[in-house]
Amino acid sequence: MAEPILQLSEIRKTFGALKATDGVSLDLRKGEIHALIGPNGAGKSTLIHQICGSIRPDSGTIRFLGEDMAGLDMAARVRKGLGRSFQISSLAPEFSALRNVMLAVQARQGSSYRFFRPVAGDRSLTGPAMAMLERVGLEKRAKVPAAELSHGERRQLEIAIALALEPKAFLFDEPMAGLGPEGSKRLTGFLDGLRHEAPILLVEHDMDAVFALADRISVLVYGRIIATGTVAEIRSDPEVRRAYLGDAA
Amino acid sequence: MMAGVSRETWISAVLVALLVAVPLAATAAGEPFYVTLATRIAILALAAVGLNIALGLGGLVSFGHAAFFGLGGYVAGIFAAHAFNGAPLPFGFAATTAMPVIWLVAIALCGLVALPIGAISLRTAGVYFIMITLAFAQMIYYFAVSWPDYGGEDGLSIYVRNSFPGLNTAQPLPYFLLCLGLLAAGLVLFWCIQGSRFGAALEASRQNATRLAAVGITPFGIRLAAFVISAMVTGLAGALFADLNRFVSPSMLSWHMSGELIVLIILGGKGRLFGPLAGAMVYVLFEYALGGITERWQFFLGLILLGVVLFARGGFLGLLAGKARHG
Repeated sequence: MAEPILQLSEIRKTFGALKATDGVSLDLRKGEIHALIGPNGAGKSTLIHQICGSIRPDSGTIRFLGEDMAGLDMAARVRKGLGRSFQISSLAPEFSALRNVMLAVQARQGSSYRFFRPVAGDRSLTGPAMAMLERVGLEKRAKVPAAELSHGERRQLEIAIALALEPKAFLFDEPMAGLGPEGSKRLTGFLDGLRHEAPILLVEHDMDAVFALADRISVLVYGRIIATGTVAEIRSDPEVRRAYLGDAA
Repeated sequence: MMAGVSRETWISAVLVALLVAVPLAATAAGEPFYVTLATRIAILALAAVGLNIALGLGGLVSFGHAAFFGLGGYVAGIFAAHAFNGAPLPFGFAATTAMPVIWLVAIALCGLVALPIGAISLRTAGVYFIMITLAFAQMIYYFAVSWPDYGGEDGLSIYVRNSFPGLNTAQPLPYFLLCLGLLAAGLVLFWCIQGSRFGAALEASRQNATRLAAVGITPFGIRLAAFVISAMVTGLAGALFADLNRFVSPSMLSWHMSGELIVLIILGGKGRLFGPLAGAMVYVLFEYALGGITERWQFFLGLILLGVVLFARGGFLGLLAGKARHG
């Protein structure tokens, strides 16, 4: 089997006496959706921060496309091909939806130190950006400032920005949060096809979506991965049922 | 097509027309004082256009831009002094009174000084950034005060205004036109940056730096470039200001000056192309009109500033145009 796209080995992070991440190892392979689930306070956010580079682990290694990510900040990891969305939408609020995506397009082109040519009407930016908005179904809202978009539309815009980066792996942090059943269902269908473009590490509380999408699931409890396996394996794992799933399974 | 032109554009056009027409009329009427007043407006507006790149577009509240304004001023003063005495400059450069050379030196020097100041200051944010830029400017201020060679605390007089090929800069109108031309160049630069890919990244860094990093653009580099460009424009204005007054002193480097530049931007409308011009017009006219009546004119300016900050965040331009900048 080829080397995984993203590989975490023995990641540890403590805050004082709290072991937020306690020896986590997991990997993300080509073509898969790997869901990371766990109760609130399990350390999912801390783990995501370490993968993205905004928190430095105390020990352990994170390899992405075979390369050690230690010492690279968030922007550098994104340039390597790690595309992420945020748990709470993080957009440029004054920019229109289109300009938010155009920013990602110009970042991928590596051309942010051009001082003279105007971006408005630059087809090499607006074209790909508009295509991404169309993919997530937001093209009619292209001119609306991000601050005026609805919650669900902002979630869609986050996805469009991540798509525009053409990453080698996606890291989606609760993309379904607050979407409602209809929106969740649409996004589930969309992510289902996306895994073939780049594998997805999916942190999600919506168990219907997780069970529908995941090739593998890892369960994080108190900073430790207590189980990794297919949907069927996780649903029948007694420890997981006790710690987390309860009646949902 | 008329509907496509915003009210802000119309108001800006009126401001520019006033700035050009008044000095021409004043010259015709034999009232050179008003030409000097308009020159002062143009130069302060240019300095604020520079700061507006960092503050307006990038949200970087530099409380130390007087350092660059003053450095530009000292370049003009020191060149003039050496040329007057016939003494060569440090490193054996021949002194000249040619403004284009002086301007280039002022711009280059301010860029070189802004690079380390920015690189250190931009490791901080918010109120710490304000304080550290202030601290750097004060260091340069006290250096100028304590350095006797160029007048120290008393400042340095420029006996003959520096020269520009083909123009008599000693006359108020030609000098005004020079300053007006450079203001126009500064505005074109701001406009280009605002619309460019760099400007998009810079404005995104103001709105949400995490978002910028999450698309793979490191905010630090974008901000540093903006800070350096900003300092260079303000430095050029400083050289013009010294030549206008035919005098440069540490007061050009003081924190009052840094504050004044921020006030110009807030008054006019921060991040707006013509905000600094509107601000400089209001400020200078206020200083002239009320300064003649009371020494306490800045008290009334303070009241106006309070009103703008509380009720008209877009400054005078925003108030008159009555529309959000982004749509």
